Amino acid sequence: MNKQLALYALDVARSLGASYADARLIKTVTETVETGNLFVVYAGESENIGLGIRVMVRGGWGFATARHLTSQGVVFAVTKAVEAAKASSRILNGRVKMAPEKPHQAVWQSPFNIDPFKISTDDKVALLLECEKLMRKNKLVKQTSGLLTFTREKKLFVNTEGSDITQTFITSGCGIDAQAGSDEHYIRSWPNSFGGQYESAGWEMVKRWDLLGNAERVAYEAVAVSKARQCPEMVTDVILGASQLALQIHESTGHPTELDRVFGEEENYAGASFLTPDNLGKLQYGSKIVNLTADATVPHALGTFAYDDDGVSGQRVELVKNGLFVGYLTSRETAHELGLPRSGGMMRATGPGFTPLVRMTNVSLEPGDAGSLQDLIADTKKGILLDSNYSWSIDDRRHNFQFGTEIGWLIKNGKIVEPVRNPSYWGITTNFWNSCDAICGPSEHVFWGIPTCAKGQPCQAIGTGHGAAPARFKNTKVGVAKPAEDKPKGGAHSKSRSGHHHAKLPRHNRHCAGGSK
Amino acid sequence: MITQAKCKKIIDLAIAHAGDCVSDMLVTVFEQDQATSRFANNEMTQNVDTSSITVTMYVNARNRTAVTSTDDTSARAIKRAVDKAIEKAGVLPHDSTTLKVLKPSNWTEDSAPTFSRYDPRIAALGPDDRLARVKSIIEVARRGRLKAAGIFATYLNTFAVGNTAGLFRFDQQTNVECSITMLSASSSGWQKGFGCNLDTVDPVALAEGAASRARKSRNPVYVRPGDYTVILEPSAVLDLVCFLYGDFTGTEHWYETSSFYKKIGKAVLGDNITITDDASHPLQTGFLFDDEGMNRKKVTIVKDGVLKTPVKSRRSVKYLGGAPTGHGAAPTASEGEYPMNIVVAGGDSSLEEMIASTKRGILMTRVWYVRDVDPNTKLLTGMSRDGTFLIENGKVTRGIKNMRFNQSVIDMLKNVVEVGQPVLAAGEETFPAVVPPMKIEGFRFSSRTKA
Repeated sequence: MNKQLALYALDVARSLGASYADARLIKTVTETVETGNLFVVYAGESENIGLGIRVMVRGGWGFATARHLTSQGVVFAVTKAVEAAKASSRILNGRVKMAPEKPHQAVWQSPFNIDPFKISTDDKVALLLECEKLMRKNKLVKQTSGLLTFTREKKLFVNTEGSDITQTFITSGCGIDAQAGSDEHYIRSWPNSFGGQYESAGWEMVKRWDLLGNAERVAYEAVAVSKARQCPEMVTDVILGASQLALQIHESTGHPTELDRVFGEEENYAGASFLTPDNLGKLQYGSKIVNLTADATVPHALGTFAYDDDGVSGQRVELVKNGLFVGYLTSRETAHELGLPRSGGMMRATGPGFTPLVRMTNVSLEPGDAGSLQDLIADTKKGILLDSNYSWSIDDRRHNFQFGTEIGWLIKNGKIVEPVRNPSYWGITTNFWNSCDAICGPSEHVFWGIPTCAKGQPCQAIGTGHGAAPARFKNTKVGVAKPAEDKPKGGAHSKSRSGHHHAKLPRHNRHCAGGSK
Repeated sequence: MITQAKCKKIIDLAIAHAGDCVSDMLVTVFEQDQATSRFANNEMTQNVDTSSITVTMYVNARNRTAVTSTDDTSARAIKRAVDKAIEKAGVLPHDSTTLKVLKPSNWTEDSAPTFSRYDPRIAALGPDDRLARVKSIIEVARRGRLKAAGIFATYLNTFAVGNTAGLFRFDQQTNVECSITMLSASSSGWQKGFGCNLDTVDPVALAEGAASRARKSRNPVYVRPGDYTVILEPSAVLDLVCFLYGDFTGTEHWYETSSFYKKIGKAVLGDNITITDDASHPLQTGFLFDDEGMNRKKVTIVKDGVLKTPVKSRRSVKYLGGAPTGHGAAPTASEGEYPMNIVVAGGDSSLEEMIASTKRGILMTRVWYVRDVDPNTKLLTGMSRDGTFLIENGKVTRGIKNMRFNQSVIDMLKNVVEVGQPVLAAGEETFPAVVPPMKIEGFRFSSRTKA
């Protein structure tokens, strides 16, 4: 990592008229091992390095990437960024201003115990193939797969205000799944759907999630759901498993609290938000037990960092307190626009090729006092437990959502009585959160990682974290997404391990299609 | 912009460095120069000009395949990536299904198309040129007392493939993209254009179209969810039909996971639906050869509602029979193949005629956040967005609040009653494709929303 090159970029930007500039020099190594149906279907490693340069000239933004890490390459890229910024400055409603932030000088390393890059590729392959063999002990299982992926990212951030920050991130992901059924196939996965669980951690997280120890159960549940009846349409009490609740938080709390979205900057693609500033401090977003925070400082969560790509230190910010909407996800620019004294530190970009946007950190539901999941089930007279996301959709203002999960478990008189397939639930965001009457305690609280949150044009996919414990929502509409009874059924489904057909796109064509957005 | 000679040099270097350590090797080079001017609230909010390159090595060492990639095109980095791939391949289990790389004779049997999708005018556009176009869009917004948000973007894509059997393919193309949302206090309208030729995307015309939809949908009203006759504009058709693309692949038939498994030769969609994959179609975009270097052949997937064949890779034909169609992805088992150039055949009806023949229905400009909820029936959910209208007695009468649909795309394509002229449509769920507007009976809306 050549810091002098990054500092040179700032000098060139200043000399070309930039009033502010920052440079991010980033090197990323990613290793992925994927198996399917007892074959190694992908074993690879990628290495990327680049310098992203963001400049402000006459109050307008410009951004460019230096691919060639030479003095000439830097001058070429900075010149492009400055020209873009000058063009931007000619069509502004007012010059961009940023909330103040003192310069930081820091070196930070995300915590991990076992370096995943020191675990051999053959050990990784052997683990996944052994999981597949265990799942296939159940002869009714038709498809199996497994995934391990690890990233090491070293990022240097410098800006013209004097910040000089080096951060190194180790991220790990692991998951397995099984599909069962004859004419129709149904999937169960572990620890989470869509590739599994992702954390800012090392190989120890793979051991902790115990893929081998869960493989046979995953297979059993895939078979169970394939034999189950369709989830009935009803209004009932819903208990969301923690991983499903994580995505519910992501879509209905995280995105609508992004202040750039609130200000209309995402109108053309990801949409806007119903959480307009006139609601701040007034809107009863959820019930009194609902407390939602954005916390970039949680150890081992996927949305954790020490400093964002505005050079602002990671913070814990309250979004919803005792049900009241009280805060936003912000950048220096949006914080200034709202009149806040300081950014919450949520500005991030997906590598050196993208300009930063307001992104979620670890947006989480604080644990409650409902005890364990078993306690909550025992406390539920009639309802359904929904676990492991399969389908997710929400409108462009974040009101109207519909989610589906891999499996549902009907609850009667405090006990699970029956699995059902294709369960779904529907709601309006504020009605739903105001119906929350119980949240499990800290022992059930997990920080789930979503690796592919999509936003921006050009689209950027980034990792976010979401702490959640199972929670109960009263009188929720369930089973709305069911096949029309008078229409013929299709054949077996096309669900891959990634759950969505777009995962089949060639790797360089995937962009953001099929991700969370 | 990388040259053909430079791509060849990189590929040759990688192959030479691998030498006898590999049985086979494929190298791809993909470079993209992208410039995007992004605007919202009638001002520029982002202006980016970036360049990326990925050199990928697919190494087969005695039927063990490993993949490495790098964005550093120096000789040292290329050699390091090759060494890493060889090292990784060495520890993988033996895979007897591994294919040899494609020989040049496998594709030169077909005459390669000679036309170009490279427009030097797009490649030459700079920030001031993009600014002029964004200004013209915002001028339309200001005239209509609307707010504009969107992008004007240009792309220069280069793709090269080479392998140890002596194959080398190279192509470059340009793309221009313009997506515009116009907003009033109570409504919005959207239009998006995409093409390889600068003339195919007219920002002012798109802006006028989006503004017209925003004006016409002011003060939208609620309508009761239920089954409606709907007219889908091409972008909406695209973002629903694309959920069948995976079902049109040989690998999903091989794995028995396609919705159309065991239905080749059977009627699976309405008899007015014909779907081909045709990379050479004059409206299409994209490279004319696949990731292994094979020419993309025209494939009739569905003819008059009858499933004819999926697209097939060299790998899937080993299990399905027939010939590969030139839709293969990288030579690892996870990738299979994919239809990248879908063309849905058109009909005789104009959009105006579809509206005129509708007693009561809904016109949808755009669908949003579409996801499959029951893969066994291809039941999809999603929302309408940015231009949803009520049709009464043959006329568009007013805007309506957005609604959520739960609709099987297979059933939808069995209930198409009118089809219009196809265009190169661009949506949000997939890459652009050639699709027509459609009028559909019995489209199911399940709930409504505030906006």
